[in-house]
Amino acid sequence: MTLPDSANEALAAFGQSGGWEQRARLLMQWGDRLEPLSDEEKQEANRVHGCESQVWLVGEPGADGWRFRATSDARLIRGLLAVLLVRVNGLAGDELVKLDLADWFAQLGLARHLSPSRSNGMNAVLQRMRELARPTG
Amino acid sequence: MALDSPWRSDFPALAAFEAEGQVYLDSAATAQKPQAVLDALLGYYTSGAANVHRAQHLPGERATRAFEATRTKATHWLNAHSPAEIVFTRGATEAFNLLAYGLEAEFEAGDEIVISALEHHANLLPWQQLALRRGLRLLVLPLTAEGVVDMDAARELIGPQTRLLAISQLSNVLGCWQPLTELIALAKVHDALTVVDGAQGVVHGRHDVQVLGCDFYVFSSHKLYGPEGVGVLYGRSEALQRLRHWQFGGEMVHLADYHSADFHGAPMGFEAGTPPIGGVIALGAALDYLGSLDTGALFAHEAVLHGKLLAGLKVRDGVRVLGTPQAALASFVVDGVHTADLAHLLGEQGIAVRAGQHCAMPLYKRLGLTGAIRVSLGLYNDTADLDHFFTALDRALELLR
Repeated sequence: MTLPDSANEALAAFGQSGGWEQRARLLMQWGDRLEPLSDEEKQEANRVHGCESQVWLVGEPGADGWRFRATSDARLIRGLLAVLLVRVNGLAGDELVKLDLADWFAQLGLARHLSPSRSNGMNAVLQRMRELARPTG
Repeated sequence: MALDSPWRSDFPALAAFEAEGQVYLDSAATAQKPQAVLDALLGYYTSGAANVHRAQHLPGERATRAFEATRTKATHWLNAHSPAEIVFTRGATEAFNLLAYGLEAEFEAGDEIVISALEHHANLLPWQQLALRRGLRLLVLPLTAEGVVDMDAARELIGPQTRLLAISQLSNVLGCWQPLTELIALAKVHDALTVVDGAQGVVHGRHDVQVLGCDFYVFSSHKLYGPEGVGVLYGRSEALQRLRHWQFGGEMVHLADYHSADFHGAPMGFEAGTPPIGGVIALGAALDYLGSLDTGALFAHEAVLHGKLLAGLKVRDGVRVLGTPQAALASFVVDGVHTADLAHLLGEQGIAVRAGQHCAMPLYKRLGLTGAIRVSLGLYNDTADLDHFFTALDRALELLR
């Protein structure tokens, strides 16, 4: 399966990052590029629980797969969301189900970056994406 | 000035952490174990495990003797009257649940249970659920800005309807000693039962339950440098007699028939099933080890480190310490910096501190915070650990600001 350009860009950027400081800076830069959510979208119904910070997620189906937007009140979590979004946006519902989250973060060299609690948080986000993309009726 | 811990080398885990670049500052969550505890665990299993209080054979006798020796050591540790006042549970949390179920029959609808705003979930939820089951009122003592129970409010709230007071000795979030003597005296005026959560307090002081005058005192082994899976419940003998049995099975039964049974009193009657034998024996080793140390030197060491921790936090811009910590730990937030981000970058630098709400969600809600970073100390920590922490903190803040 071919990755979208932005996912390849993430791989290239994070693949070269050496130390923790560089990784943190990159994460913050990527987090700053997130498409913002409106105050209206940052409502309880869009909150993903199970994260150590507040995370909101919205998504809608498009002609070329699902489009998600997400944000958090924590900067590094925004960065993790950003690199998650570039991997998932454009996927179809059944592709989302098959996505191996740990593998993606490992490819980015961020596996160690994901503590169990943070990893649970990202898993909760992916889980919510899958629920949103689940065919209804 | 650098201050080494003379006891650090007694704890193999500290060298292991050092080798992998980890600085352990989370002892309030769980403490590392001295070699003496590891030896006791290994010694018990390698010389032959056996169940306690059952068998007539030699291994069974040996296990029972070692198991009961810990009960005696815990008796001395707390200065209880007799070993019959020491009940082993599977943790502090289980001890509180034992009390909340065992004392349930003491309460009638409308009675009041008093706790404080800083209780750990373990000393909150069992009482909250008991109150819901029996239609009781759960009153919450407010705190002063320093982080201690407000005694003026306590005098108002503890009254003739109070049947039980359950209170932490040393807060796991704020690091403040609570005015136990005054609170217990207040409760006694109204003949209320008193329960002390000593999970943190027992690690950073030597306490005499007869002087405290409480009915029950609870602590957990794993925070006191012993193994997990063991809790200690002290109960004054008259208070223990008021407990109803709550878990059934094993050697807690005296006589059993198909349709009825008769049970032992405390402590045996409250130790249903096979207890954590190896863990209890190793807790005895932890108490022996701690008892062999110069207590004065130990608490002086902890006080100096704690002072340095507070001083270092104080000089840093925007760092806000919660309450006025007196011992063992400090929780803090940094203005304009998300706690999750800071925790993330401290973790990246090998600093093992706790971030979040530290099993005290209602307290954080009351403080208007979503979480904090907690640095907590053990007797094996030294100033080099704090230096590493502060260096990491500065680098993290530099990146985040």
